[in-house]
Amino acid sequence: MFNKIHRFIVADILKNRIVLVYTLLLAVLAWSVFSLEDDSHKGVLTLLNIVLLTTPLVSIIFTTIYLYNSAEFIELLLSQPIRRARIWTGLFFGLFFSLALAFIIGAGVPILLFVTGAKATILLVMGILITAVFVALGFLCAIISRDKARGIGIAILLWLFFSLLFDGLVLFLLFQLSDYPIEKAMVGVSALNPIDLARIFIILQLDVSAMLGYTGAIFKDFFGTGLGTAIGFGLLCIWVIVPYLISLRMFVRKDL
Amino acid sequence: MIEIQHLSKRFGKFQVLRDVSLSCAPGQCIALIGPNGCGKTTLIKSILGMVLPTSGSILFKGKVIAKDFHYRHHIGYMPQKGRYPDNMTIGQVIEMIKDIRGSKEKLDEQLIDEFGLHDILEKRMRTLSGGTTQKVSASLAFLFNPDVLILDEPTAGLDPLAAEILKEKIISEHQKGKLVFITSHLLSELDDLVTHVVMMQEGEIRFHMPTDALKASTNTSSLAKAITHLLKQDHVQ
Repeated sequence: MFNKIHRFIVADILKNRIVLVYTLLLAVLAWSVFSLEDDSHKGVLTLLNIVLLTTPLVSIIFTTIYLYNSAEFIELLLSQPIRRARIWTGLFFGLFFSLALAFIIGAGVPILLFVTGAKATILLVMGILITAVFVALGFLCAIISRDKARGIGIAILLWLFFSLLFDGLVLFLLFQLSDYPIEKAMVGVSALNPIDLARIFIILQLDVSAMLGYTGAIFKDFFGTGLGTAIGFGLLCIWVIVPYLISLRMFVRKDL
Repeated sequence: MIEIQHLSKRFGKFQVLRDVSLSCAPGQCIALIGPNGCGKTTLIKSILGMVLPTSGSILFKGKVIAKDFHYRHHIGYMPQKGRYPDNMTIGQVIEMIKDIRGSKEKLDEQLIDEFGLHDILEKRMRTLSGGTTQKVSASLAFLFNPDVLILDEPTAGLDPLAAEILKEKIISEHQKGKLVFITSHLLSELDDLVTHVVMMQEGEIRFHMPTDALKASTNTSSLAKAITHLLKQDHVQ
């Protein structure tokens, strides 16, 4: 008895206006960035910054709101003969697939057309992984609080933290501890932020890591190797799996 | 068929259900009544496995339902307030529930026919009025020929014609020997439907008795009068 809740969720979300606008926005930005820059290198860097700002924001907020709006629908699903875990998994894949598809259509197509080689693949894979991470975080936000406003508030704070505050904290630490050899520790610290992980991955692909200074060299030493890449990739996957599993555990035990 | 044993549930400080025990047999049509916040919905949700009890257990056909989900094949549930994903069509919603149920038995599409949903299968859920959404919920509850029907305020929001269709359907299913649970505040509506009344108050069951016995004991002719009579008695005491 295999059911495909996610298929119906995808069908629902792909007709959602916000997702359509998000796709269109990514497409407009990506096309204009590549048309304005002759050097696809610079184009990738510009696009990288746009993607790392918008994709997490849309993924986490949309997921959280969608889950809150589906409360009654989830109740109806719960009254059906189906395991709770399956409902949650169906919702997760439904949201992830549709937002990833929006990214692929919006940003992926121009990337594949204008960028060549491994860079294009890495950029695409990172975009999809970041989508997955922030969908998973959205699931966590929606299950933590019964109150919709608070849940969305947490989602916005998480996004703010990972895209702005975290870097500020790191800079602060760098200045405070500049007398100590903390370059190696920086590699560890970067694992605490999925957006930074994705950014490092792509920057290393572009051979502009020299811009990161001495720390950049350490990053290259670490993430540039096969093992480092695997670890970085694994870390991003952990960023998807752990928040999702925590939310799943809470959902299975929750009174709805 | 459904056996509730010493069920208690507390949400934080609130004791919503206190040691509720209830036994329901097939062929009964039970009205679950009581003031707002008396634990009706929590009781229903416990039977459906949405709320996990603090203590006590529920048996469905002799089996404990905790951590099981197969028993829900035999339950049709109509929520008080249905809300569906905005951009799904009626057809997709029905298709999806069919997919989840994976039921091989013949489907009961009578309500879909009588509510005229066939003609608007392409409509998106967002565009539907509250009443039409209720019609979809009702159709889904009866679609799989379940042995037990749990209807939470089924006629609220339906137009008189649709409400009548639904009532007829409830009566005919009940006559087939199914167990029906109805919660409603419209006592006059329940009169020709129910065989038993369960009255809840502050998380406890005040009484559970056949409608006839209730009317006889209060010397009244209708359910509404009987209940008002009892409530007034309370007041005097």
